Amino acid sequence: MKRGIPRIDAERCKGCGLCISVCPKTILSRSEDVNSQGAYYAFCHDENSCIGCNACALMCPDAAIEVHAPEEVA
Amino acid sequence: MYMRPESLENVRTHYCAGCGHGIIHKLLAECLDELEIRQNTILVAPVGCAVLAYKYINVDGLEAAHGRAPAVATGLKRARPENIVISYQGDGDLLAIGAGETLHTANRGENLTVIFVNNAIYGMTGGQMAPTTLEGQKTLTSPYGRNAAEVGFPIRACEMLDTLEAPAYIERTSVHNPGAVRKTKKAIRKALEYQISGAGYSFVEVLSMCPTNWGVDPVTGASWVKDAMIPWFPLKKFRDRPAENAEKEAS
Repeated sequence: MKRGIPRIDAERCKGCGLCISVCPKTILSRSEDVNSQGAYYAFCHDENSCIGCNACALMCPDAAIEVHAPEEVA
Repeated sequence: MYMRPESLENVRTHYCAGCGHGIIHKLLAECLDELEIRQNTILVAPVGCAVLAYKYINVDGLEAAHGRAPAVATGLKRARPENIVISYQGDGDLLAIGAGETLHTANRGENLTVIFVNNAIYGMTGGQMAPTTLEGQKTLTSPYGRNAAEVGFPIRACEMLDTLEAPAYIERTSVHNPGAVRKTKKAIRKALEYQISGAGYSFVEVLSMCPTNWGVDPVTGASWVKDAMIPWFPLKKFRDRPAENAEKEAS
């Protein structure tokens, strides 16, 4: 069930991978290409499985992740 | 459900990937937003990686000489008691060159908040041994690991300040996982609330990671905080005078 939608600012991401390591549903992964900083940014490959726990957003040192409620976006 | 705090400037930070400073800046910005004290806050930045904090947190700031942040904050708070004064310092600033200022500011019980970021190494200068470097930890200036017989044991700041009479609030937290991040935010918020209510000196030590200078990747860095740092620097609330007093009154 979709309970949250992670929005990751790829340009701000430095590719540290802390969000990937703490995601309980393991739906975040590292990109194949790089952003303008040369970082392999994180992205969500399965938004439908997000439970909206905010763990990724809490851990992100660059505040590059926002988690929206599905009704906010729809 | 989670939005970027307004007090955080919309710029890219100069911190390395996986640096704990970013997380702590974010938490501080969230607390400033929630308590609605951004317009009223003065942040005293240290010498260290966080020297550019004024670029990232949208509050009035002042740059102190190395280690003198608590002394500068004391002057600020005494001259402008209506402002919220926060001293944000690293381990080199707070415990090496600024150990005297730290101790005496706490001993006077000045009504200000100190946020101490402990990452067991000198970050800005490139990874030299700090007062909080763990025994056996390899750094640029201790290539065979810290030798306690030669340079002493790592200093525990909270325990040291806990021997003083005046401080109102002392807690040590960490940012190695989301649960710890939540607790850190609570601690920072409480420290700021105590300053607002005039309870006195509040001190929050945050164990943080410096993966670049530790020579590990960010995820290993976070687990190193848990496995190596926390056994020596236990996470604990050392003192919460206002809450203890409220309990006494209630009973």
